[in-house]
Amino acid sequence: MNTWQDKAIHTILVGAASTSILIVLLIFFFLGKEAFSFIWDPGFGHLFHTKWIPVSFKEEIFGIVPLITGSLLVTGLAVVIMVPFGVLGAIYIAEMGTLSERNFLKPFIEILAGIPSVVIGFFGLVVLSPIIKEIFNLNTGLTGLTGAILLAFMAIPTVITVSEDAIQSVPRAYREASLALGASKLQTIFRVIVPAALPGIIAAIMLGTGRVIGETMAVLMVTGNAAKLTINPFDSVRTMTATIAAEMGEVAFGSHHYQALFWVGIFLLIMTFGLNVVAQKFLKKYQMR
Amino acid sequence: MLKKMVTLGLTVLLASLVMVTCSRKTEEQKTAAKYITIKGSDTMVHLASAWAESFMKSHPDADISVTGGGSGTGIAALLNGTTDICIASRSIKAKEITLAKEKGLSPNEIVTSRDGIAVVVNPGNPISELTIEQIGKIYTGVYTNWKDLGGADHEIVILSRESSSGTYVFFQEHVMKKKDYSPNAMLMPSTSAIIQSVTQDMWAIGYVGLGYGVQAADKVKMLNVKNDADSPAVAPSVASVQDASYGIARPLHFYTNGTPAGTTKDFVDFVLSDAGQAIVLEAGYVPIN
Repeated sequence: MNTWQDKAIHTILVGAASTSILIVLLIFFFLGKEAFSFIWDPGFGHLFHTKWIPVSFKEEIFGIVPLITGSLLVTGLAVVIMVPFGVLGAIYIAEMGTLSERNFLKPFIEILAGIPSVVIGFFGLVVLSPIIKEIFNLNTGLTGLTGAILLAFMAIPTVITVSEDAIQSVPRAYREASLALGASKLQTIFRVIVPAALPGIIAAIMLGTGRVIGETMAVLMVTGNAAKLTINPFDSVRTMTATIAAEMGEVAFGSHHYQALFWVGIFLLIMTFGLNVVAQKFLKKYQMR
Repeated sequence: MLKKMVTLGLTVLLASLVMVTCSRKTEEQKTAAKYITIKGSDTMVHLASAWAESFMKSHPDADISVTGGGSGTGIAALLNGTTDICIASRSIKAKEITLAKEKGLSPNEIVTSRDGIAVVVNPGNPISELTIEQIGKIYTGVYTNWKDLGGADHEIVILSRESSSGTYVFFQEHVMKKKDYSPNAMLMPSTSAIIQSVTQDMWAIGYVGLGYGVQAADKVKMLNVKNDADSPAVAPSVASVQDASYGIARPLHFYTNGTPAGTTKDFVDFVLSDAGQAIVLEAGYVPIN
């Protein structure tokens, strides 16, 4: 082949591959540009107030602390729910289930991943929240816990799929050696295979967490969106994503409120970015084996 | 978000409708250019579309396009000269008038109809009437328990619209006397979410447009409202909003630049005529006379 053709193709491929990097940089740049002047007017410190009152006849307050704690509370609970289901499910599918069970379970898990979040949110509003209200004898079923359960539903497919891959790629020799040494099947799974696949499983959990923290529609519909500083899972909470989605639509362009919403976006981006970096680290470690 | 999507859908639908009407016409008629744009309040989009459709039937040479986006968006469009008529569910602010004068515009207010806001509770709640002051104090967080208002000993679950809603601001200004919402107020993404929650939660309180309240009369109870402690309790209805005995009501406005002329004037006259006011009633709002 001609070298110039080689080069042309090479250039096109490099271009295609770097587009996403460019887009990420542009997003960072754009967010920064819109949010920048908030640092002096009204002042960066205002973001760390404990109240979020964006519309007021007296004084508007843009403290994003309750939004961050809201997001963390919902995400933390969702992870607690998602990990056992996701990881144990993956272990079953990869190691214990028969081929026909596998062929039955996998498509269903993938369907769950494909349900639009607004549908899951509607399900949460109409079905799940009355159940939560009844079980815990609350005044309202619109709580952080309700949101967390829905988010766990949405993240479990990711966790299962990625951890199953990790478990499957543990070398066959590990299993054989363990069984040959007289270990039972369960011992093999929990003492040999899972530890060997652990970096991959952790990466799966991180990716699932990233999905949870960035999810918007479902939490907007079921968490009640009261911006209060709380760590009680039975309280209504307002997440960062829901705040942006609900308020960005009608905010006056360039106002303090508008800039504060961009700051919420920046903090959110930093959080998901951090999670992804950690997940990549774990994935790399596990691929090196 | 949901509201946005609905608005978008409506806009697309309307746009295609306008296009179909356009294509049916001859070139000659098109150049007659009796084209009006209407923009603003999401509350009024349905109503304005109904007026436009009916008007275009009797005036085949007129083209009217209606878009939502919120009262603030509509007023901004009027100031930028990108719309002929702004629909607004709130009055124009002093700041906006100043801005208009700077640009050499003179916003002209036309009251087209009225909208009552019904305060709704669960049918199981023994409370059936409150004063405007009491309702305001519930929303600002002064009263937190129904027993403070002579009801059962249960915590009040406060439901509000999102802060981007014109109704949110109206309620804050006129019922809560410009005080801030309680941090415990749960901000619901749509009117239907408020109805849904009040149906499920025995001790919740929410506010919705009169039309929605009447539609959901089998699921929620509309409170009778007293203007002050001594005045009689008035049930929200078309009649009580019209004679101003029901206290929580707002005018729905048109804003034009100067006194309307040409096709815009014809359209405004149509809206204020008996035929136009009949459409108001059909759409679930309150005619002016």
